[in-house]
Amino acid sequence: MDPSFLAVQALSGLSSASSLFITACGLTIVFGVTRIVNFAHGSLYMIGAYTAATLVPRLLEFSFGPTSFWAGILLSALIVGIIGVIIEVLLLRRIYGAPELFQLLATFGVVLVVQDLVIQIFGPEDILGPRAPGLRAPVEILGRRFPSYELVLIAAGPVVLGLVWLLLRRTRFGVLVRAATQDRDMVASLGVNQAMLFTGTLFLGAFLAGLGGALQIPRVSAHAGMDLSIIAEAFVVTVVGGMGSVPGAFLAALVIGQLQAFGILIFPKSTLVVVFLLMAVVLAIRPYGFFGRAEIVGGTHAIGIASHKPLPGRTYILLVVIAALAAFPLVADAYLLKVATEILIFALFAFSLQLLIGVGGLVSFGHAAFFGLGAYGAALAVKWYGASMETALPLGLALAALGAMLIGAFVVRLSGIYLAMMTLAAAQILYAVAFQWVDVTGGDNGIVGVWPSQWASGPVPYYALTAALTLVTVLLLRRIIDAPFGYALRAARDSEARAEAIGLRIRRHRWLAFMISGAAAGLAGGLYAFSRGSVDPSLLGISTSVDALTMLLLGGIQTVTGPLIGAGVLHFLRDQIMPLTSYWRLVLGLSIIAMVLLFPRGLVGTIRHWQEQRA
Amino acid sequence: MTLLTVTGLHKSFGGVVAARDVTFTVERGEMLAIIGPNGAGKSTVFNMVGGQLKADRGKVLLDGQDITHASPQARFRRGVGRTFQVAQTFLSMSTVENVQMALISARRQSGRLWSPARERHRDGAMELLAKVGMAEAADIPCSALAYGDVKRVELAVALAGAPKLLLMDEPTAGMAPRERAALMDLTASIAASQGIGILFTEHDMDVVFGHAARVLVLLRGQIIAAGSPDEIRRDPQVRRAYLGDDHALERPKGLAPA
Repeated sequence: MDPSFLAVQALSGLSSASSLFITACGLTIVFGVTRIVNFAHGSLYMIGAYTAATLVPRLLEFSFGPTSFWAGILLSALIVGIIGVIIEVLLLRRIYGAPELFQLLATFGVVLVVQDLVIQIFGPEDILGPRAPGLRAPVEILGRRFPSYELVLIAAGPVVLGLVWLLLRRTRFGVLVRAATQDRDMVASLGVNQAMLFTGTLFLGAFLAGLGGALQIPRVSAHAGMDLSIIAEAFVVTVVGGMGSVPGAFLAALVIGQLQAFGILIFPKSTLVVVFLLMAVVLAIRPYGFFGRAEIVGGTHAIGIASHKPLPGRTYILLVVIAALAAFPLVADAYLLKVATEILIFALFAFSLQLLIGVGGLVSFGHAAFFGLGAYGAALAVKWYGASMETALPLGLALAALGAMLIGAFVVRLSGIYLAMMTLAAAQILYAVAFQWVDVTGGDNGIVGVWPSQWASGPVPYYALTAALTLVTVLLLRRIIDAPFGYALRAARDSEARAEAIGLRIRRHRWLAFMISGAAAGLAGGLYAFSRGSVDPSLLGISTSVDALTMLLLGGIQTVTGPLIGAGVLHFLRDQIMPLTSYWRLVLGLSIIAMVLLFPRGLVGTIRHWQEQRA
Repeated sequence: MTLLTVTGLHKSFGGVVAARDVTFTVERGEMLAIIGPNGAGKSTVFNMVGGQLKADRGKVLLDGQDITHASPQARFRRGVGRTFQVAQTFLSMSTVENVQMALISARRQSGRLWSPARERHRDGAMELLAKVGMAEAADIPCSALAYGDVKRVELAVALAGAPKLLLMDEPTAGMAPRERAALMDLTASIAASQGIGILFTEHDMDVVFGHAARVLVLLRGQIIAAGSPDEIRRDPQVRRAYLGDDHALERPKGLAPA
């Protein structure tokens, strides 16, 4: 490798670091003040790119020159800033006090809404923006050509850092932002106009996201899907830098930019893995990132499963459920049976997550990792070793449990939002592996030909198998929730200090909870693989994790039966509404937002609450 | 052997020294109070004895065994129980389940996956609740209790580990005056009957002078005086530095010093 190549590689690392920093800087400022991890930040970035790619060519037609170009970029960022204000006023303002799980889900609802709206407004085609006037010719660096626009980008990062620094140090607004980042309650009690402060912060954050997106147009075309890819990277930057820390974000962006630029030489196909591994290592050594501070935990214990007297006729209810499940094939056709099978699988998946979230208070945002590991484990066993279903299902379960053991070992050291981010990162690593390791996993196409054994094939036998396994696993998990182990998890959720003071080894319990939950999710994944006959990377994706969370939210995280009902309702709605409209994501996104705002207890929880109020 | 021996305990946060060369002992069955103005370092010393905070220097011996670096969990197993300044209970559980949980943990059964937790050690838990006068509230959710009652439940939880040493950080904060005396009388009788050493911090001078056998006065992280309540009351340094008010150290009416 000659030095000129290394220099160019380092420079391109710097330019991607700059872009990443500008976007992540907005995310970290918003988090610092509002304590909300804004999933929609990536959507704002995407809107910035689309707006600029549409707006700048018009301005250049009007008057060609650098002024028009840069004015268009800034104008796009301003527009995104205003959209940020709208999101703050309509949604975020209402959920500042909500548990972080709800905040994450609500802002993810915005992501879904924006995905459909962007396609509606800008069309389904990718839009490539114009090149910057005056910066079209590449420059020569040590005899190699290097795009001059990238040099401007390299400068843009430090310039933005400087401007943000000035804003935070030299203005009253900046003082308030810094004060709120340190102690929000204190700022509130000093009589500061909180509403203006938060709205202003969201404007600043959204502006930076929009700027980050708009600056990309000469390099990459604006396309649907850039929201989730940037948000994953921006999360890594903010988490590695320490949430709320602007210099931390800058340093992390530099490290990650270089890691990507040179990582591609060592692991050409797995840059994502390298980046997320960095995050895992940093968090393992410094649980709050480079410059982050310990989260003040509190307020979240209020949600989750509480003690309830056992229902008087529960044995009969159980018998009725078994009878209903057993009788279903007598009345249902093949299609309904297939639907019922999938609902059962997802009910199991959501229920396994309940052990972590509802019982343990561990907001796992990457539960798809275990579902996907179970599915891939089973599928790989079939594909490479010709295993039968009877062998492949336990192998999938074992792989998921093993994955949960490894991931759990890292994440049980963390809490709150860092835990959520780390589980998300873990799922993204696995997603990247499944996507990029084409030789083994089949890449994007996945693995096909994963069919059940003779005796279990056909709608009725496979339904029966799924129903039996789901029922047994759910009953086992219920047993565990009621057993000392489940109580110990709840104890640690309610009060870590008290739990430690009575000798509970919190990390060890949580680690075991991850393994049990992961194994159950893995079983669900394996069942899903055999019901579909195939697996693909989307099983490991963010949207699969969010599906499970939505089911929990829908049913209610305070109840044991909630996730089972939630799985049924979500699946039913999807089956009914998806064929009717091309706006499924819009509908789903709005429903999630509405659920968080109107029925934070979920369906089962709300009904129970009404009953208790009446009693 | 002395129950608790603390020698040369030191802790600083950044440039602020919260505890400087703190040395004291607690005997079995003895009630030792740490007093001092806000920010004197009471909670810091407390949390270093309880294991919630790591000491920069110094030693903590329990029954002659070094527990300076032990985790809160390990200290619990060695016989340290504690209550917190802001009561810490399991709000999603009923009152009796809070105590049952502590008993389950004390018997190392918290990893059991099968038989229901609510059926384990219920009798033992009821006994402890009866001891603190909370038996009637056994099946009420802990989140529905009045704060004074939560403090009593916390005491029952702390006693579930059969402690040799009980740490109580402002045990009566947030309680009505009559409740305060009742809780401390109860604590004193348990300590005396079971030979438990009790270390507590307190702002209420009636409680301190009414119940403590000995008093330590902490100021800016340092012990400035130690002795019986009467000695502390007479100590001019304490009067000047801490109370600044001649009447604050008057013998409380109707309460004899322990």
